[in-house]
Amino acid sequence: MSGEAAVFARRLTRRFGDFTAVESLDLEVAGGEIFGFLGANGAGKTTAIRMLCGLLPPSGGEARVAGCRVGRDTGALKRRIGYMSQRFSLYEDLTVLENLEFFGGVYGLGRAELAARADELLPRLGLDAERGRLTGSLPLGYKQRLSLGCALAHRPRVLFLDEPTGGVDPVARRGFWDLIYEQAADGVTVFVTTHYMDEAEYCGRVSIMVQGRIVALDTPSGLKDRTGGADMQDVFLRLVDA
Amino acid sequence: MNAADGMSGAAIRVEGLRKSYGERTAVRGLDLAVASGRICGLIGPDGAGKTTTMRIICGLLRPDAGVARVLGRDSAREPRAVREHLGYMPQRFSLYPDLTVAENLRFFADLFGVPASERVRREAELMEFSRLGPFRKRRAGQLSGGMKQKLALSCTLIHTPEVLVLDEPTTGVDPVSRREFWRILRELAGRGLALLVSTPYMDEAGLCDEVVLMHEGRAIARGTPDEVAAAFPRRLLEVRGAGLPAALAILTASPRRGVKVHRYGDRLHVVHDDAAQTAEVARLLAGAGVELHPVAPGIEDAFVELMTAPAGGEATP
Ligand SMILES: Nc1ncnc2c1ncn2[C@@H]1O[C@H](COP(=O)(O)OP(=O)(O)OP(=O)(O)O)[C@@H](O)[C@H]1O
Ligand SMILES: [Mg+2]
Repeated sequence: MSGEAAVFARRLTRRFGDFTAVESLDLEVAGGEIFGFLGANGAGKTTAIRMLCGLLPPSGGEARVAGCRVGRDTGALKRRIGYMSQRFSLYEDLTVLENLEFFGGVYGLGRAELAARADELLPRLGLDAERGRLTGSLPLGYKQRLSLGCALAHRPRVLFLDEPTGGVDPVARRGFWDLIYEQAADGVTVFVTTHYMDEAEYCGRVSIMVQGRIVALDTPSGLKDRTGGADMQDVFLRLVDA
Repeated sequence: MNAADGMSGAAIRVEGLRKSYGERTAVRGLDLAVASGRICGLIGPDGAGKTTTMRIICGLLRPDAGVARVLGRDSAREPRAVREHLGYMPQRFSLYPDLTVAENLRFFADLFGVPASERVRREAELMEFSRLGPFRKRRAGQLSGGMKQKLALSCTLIHTPEVLVLDEPTTGVDPVSRREFWRILRELAGRGLALLVSTPYMDEAGLCDEVVLMHEGRAIARGTPDEVAAAFPRRLLEVRGAGLPAALAILTASPRRGVKVHRYGDRLHVVHDDAAQTAEVARLLAGAGVELHPVAPGIEDAFVELMTAPAGGEATP
């Protein structure tokens, strides 16, 4: 890995009372990489992502994301990263364009800049025809693409996607992954969680987390070789159900 | 429990169902039957009308035309009687965030009038599938997304009605728990329940006795998963190996009429029509570092083909 890692964590830990949700997480993700952050329910993925995004203070350890120290350079960190949460929050009573402008505005983009960015993003997201539609009336797959757009409005260098494709059909998921690939091709680092194991194959490397700890981290083919799993579904079942 | 003799004895039976919301037509003439002891999968993209259909069956929404019956009773006319025999898990199930895992389960058990001994037995079973046992005392609001989903499922399954309607129950649930969950569903079917389940996971579609593929308010294919997959009318070439990205680039760079390429995890499926095209693809990919095998289509291939092909099928009046 050359240069500074886009996402770096050492012994990153989070406790809630006497329960440890994330235990001494070590991680290094290179710029432009698509990193799959997989794991069992309750393993600590969302908690870790929230720490890396500066939304939840760690109980211990350290992290750097996009060159910013997590917990210190919070303002700069927020401007350099995009975050699409598991329960993404769009304004249902705003139009597609208004949502995009709202989220871009939060990051301090000016009017002209916002308009230009919307003109660029909406066609890429396949949402140009829907720009005036109320967000609440859109199918889930469209909302997911819009949420991605909102996370991208300010041109972040690192993108955190927490289950961005939950609940949609295979065709919509594939379309979403085309968008992820486009971002990575532009040099954006993508840090993504999913419970669809076919999507794990689309990542350069993946980690698998169980009860607060990473139990495996490698390329998908490396993990298959190591565990003897036929595909990632099989690998996951072997590692998590052990 | 109801006899399972085809359409007439079906535990869930839907005929000529139609429903519009203002200008938008959600369901346009749907027939459906699920016999006791069977799991029927309702598959289709977002907006296909799955949730609307389920809500009508559960007596929560009145159809514009047609009828839904549960154990012989009309859901629109006798919604209370229908709901006594039916368990429904909506897409957005509300748990009580301030109650603990155990308290939520207890609450729903009381609501459904489950006797204490039965509740204890059932709870033990559900804790095993959900792996929520260690978190009994945690408040539901503090669970992870998938844990909440599993608790919602457990609350639905704490009683054993004769008919279960589950709207995308496994969204956000990890692969280990999904496998355990389907074991429970199969066992419930074995006890004679009729289950109607919607899912975006094609591997789960393959676990159903019958699937109905819905698109724009209609059933566009139905049958056992094998039958639906076998109805796939085209040839399929599977491409695997280290040269996959190169192969994908080659195929995208030289598009051929009628040849479609889909990526499925660590392989490509090249959909085409005849031997000449098979040979053509093989020629293009020679030296790309991939292996090519003709394969039988699966349910996902059928789904993707039906969803990406121009809509056809029955006419609308
Ligand atoms: N505020 C909180 N108080 C107590 N426990 C919490 C809190 N937030 C999260 N947890 C616990 O931390 C653990 C990790 O949760 P997290 O949401 O990070 O899991 P996850 O890996 O994202 O799971 P999923 O795949 O289900 O989304 C869970 O056991 C959860 O109940
Ligand atoms: Mg999560």
